[in-house]
Amino acid sequence: MTGAAATRKKPGALNIGAMAIDVKGLTKRFGRKLAVDHIDIAVPEGEVWGFLGPNGSGKTTTIRMLCGLLRVDDGQGTCLGLDIRAQAEAIKRQVGYMTQRFSFWEDLSIRENLEFVARLYQLPDRKAKVGWTLERLGLVQRQSQLAGELSGGWKQRMALAACMLHDPKLLLLDEPTAGVDPKARRDFWEQIHALSAQGLTVLVSTHYMDEAERCDRIAYILNGRLVTQGSVGEVIEQSGLSTFVLEGAHVRHFLGELQGKPGVDYAGFFGAALHVSGRDRAALEASIAPYRGRDGIAVSETPPNLEDVFILLQEAAK
Amino acid sequence: MNFSLARIYAVLVKEFLQMRRDRVTLGMIVGVPLMQLFLFGFAINFNPKALPTAIAIDDPGIFARSVTAALRNSSYFDVVATTNSPSGARRLLQEGKVLFVVEIPVNFTRDIVRGAQPDLLVEADATDPAAGGFAMAALNGIATSALRDDLTGPLAARAQGPPPFNLVSHLLYNPESNTRYSIIPGLLAVILTMTMVLMTCLALTRERERGTYENLLAMPATPVEIMIGKIAPNVTIGAIQSAIILVVAKYVFAVPMIGSLPLLAAALTIYIIANLAVGYTFSTLAENQLQAMQMTMFFLLPAILLSGFAFPFAGMPRWAQYIGEILPATHFLRIVRGILLKDNGASEIWPDVWPLLLFTFAAAGLALARFRRTLD
Ligand SMILES: Nc1ncnc2c1ncn2[C@@H]1O[C@H](COP(=O)(O)OP(=O)(O)OP(=O)(O)O)[C@@H](O)[C@H]1O
Ligand SMILES: [Mg+2]
Repeated sequence: MTGAAATRKKPGALNIGAMAIDVKGLTKRFGRKLAVDHIDIAVPEGEVWGFLGPNGSGKTTTIRMLCGLLRVDDGQGTCLGLDIRAQAEAIKRQVGYMTQRFSFWEDLSIRENLEFVARLYQLPDRKAKVGWTLERLGLVQRQSQLAGELSGGWKQRMALAACMLHDPKLLLLDEPTAGVDPKARRDFWEQIHALSAQGLTVLVSTHYMDEAERCDRIAYILNGRLVTQGSVGEVIEQSGLSTFVLEGAHVRHFLGELQGKPGVDYAGFFGAALHVSGRDRAALEASIAPYRGRDGIAVSETPPNLEDVFILLQEAAK
Repeated sequence: MNFSLARIYAVLVKEFLQMRRDRVTLGMIVGVPLMQLFLFGFAINFNPKALPTAIAIDDPGIFARSVTAALRNSSYFDVVATTNSPSGARRLLQEGKVLFVVEIPVNFTRDIVRGAQPDLLVEADATDPAAGGFAMAALNGIATSALRDDLTGPLAARAQGPPPFNLVSHLLYNPESNTRYSIIPGLLAVILTMTMVLMTCLALTRERERGTYENLLAMPATPVEIMIGKIAPNVTIGAIQSAIILVVAKYVFAVPMIGSLPLLAAALTIYIIANLAVGYTFSTLAENQLQAMQMTMFFLLPAILLSGFAFPFAGMPRWAQYIGEILPATHFLRIVRGILLKDNGASEIWPDVWPLLLFTFAAAGLALARFRRTLD
């Protein structure tokens, strides 16, 4: 909560060191279930953070608390320097929130949806702004089509455009690229980086590893608890994981054998190759040693990737 | 065979499971028929009694007193005022405080003694003819038998013949007792209640079911703004419907419209908003569309049955009248009948306008209090 007042900045001017999101002990219960369990997150202004975690780990719930859509059961903090409990309405004006489930009006046309949003935010140059957004999306020809008739991916793109219409200072995006084609995803990330260069802060939840790797930092939550955070390199390093690749024609027959051997936390296919990972390097090497050279198997070490780390974390939690 | 009992069973099980999850709907399944039974069984009285009556008495004599006493004791009439000024009593009639004024003229007793057949004047508010019919017949009997007991000694002979007075009745406001004149203005109240509440009862429920509620909440619109924005367009629809009903009432059913139309328009506006506010309140309470529709039913039944539309209000039992007094339809019904048939002015309708306003504010207040700013 430090620097709460200092985070208020003039648009465009990046206030180095100020926090766009700064929450401590954020907690949410649904009945007896602890959906979010004392999470601390501090996102500096201008950074792009990836928010990762398995299904049901509490990503959506956390994001909803940040923008005032769910009551906070415990914890406190600020969003853009505004108190998340007391100043939710003021936060809403400066935050762009994209819901995980499409939540625009399917019985309104694309243009009508955008105009509605623009009016709610009282944007001064509404027509121009909506027109420009339609153009950038490539939806000018289809602007009078009902939003409900759009394909899933196009709905995502429209929703994204709509939540950025009012030039928010902070974007909270809940799986914005689910179901979006690769080209559009790349365009989306280019846009995100361009915006962040201008000082916009982004927290984006995703299940895609390539997207996580495009983030400045990632935060990984599991069962409502923040398990690890940092840059991709840091997260991998913190995991203390070693990964070996076993390649060869008959390598698939050994998967069952390898799983459960001492030191092997996780073994699985990565393409045609077998990835075997573990935190106890010595034990891992000892378990793999017998396979070296057997049936033409080649063993090599590879830097662990993010997916290995996340799967390991998830396995370890069981 | 493209017919499978197993598949029917699958659908059946699914429907039962879904039904069981919706507690409010389950409650209504029991509640609605119970409410209808109680309303029809207890509240509705096809032979209304205890109708509010004023007596204007200008004769201190014994016969005048016995007629008064007989009226007080009768179950048909509820004497709420006794005065010696006929104009004061008529004012109560105009304001709708009483349905009848029984006027006992000067020298009533003397004229009976002389055998001069004095007039016993009854003025009835015929804006609701159903209420009057029984009472008029009852009055003749009550007065005659009261006097028969008094006509003793030298006057005993007079007790045998025809009533010693002339019952003169004036049906005010609807002299032909045309039921249409009272039902059609009443329909204005009932139709508007139905359509207006239905119009808004899904306002938020629909957003919640479609998932757009989350988006609406995430944007900077306050609960008051959302409520006004959702109610206002329907006021126009209400105005159009009112115009249609009034035009048909005038040109097809020839309902007299002697009062001020601007005043009626003002009252209509309040009434429309009151009902829209009720619907909107339901939409903040209901979790799904079915619940919203059932709450609407719960509101509409009393509005039709207890407002004085279907049955004379004054003839209902006390508790039903208390419920009726809460409902906007009850007050609006009096306002429309008053303006159209009695030429009531602003001061005469005010006693029914303020409850409407109060109701509107209460409903809107409840809606705002129940408006969920968060998803939990
Ligand atoms: N309205 C609710 N009522 C009860 N439980 C809920 C509610 N919303 C979420 N939960 C529970 O809270 C937990 C976290 O859910 P949340 O939607 O935040 O997960 P998530 O990380 O967004 O998952 P996903 O990747 O599938 O979107 C889950 O166990 C879920 O069942
Ligand atoms: Mg989610």
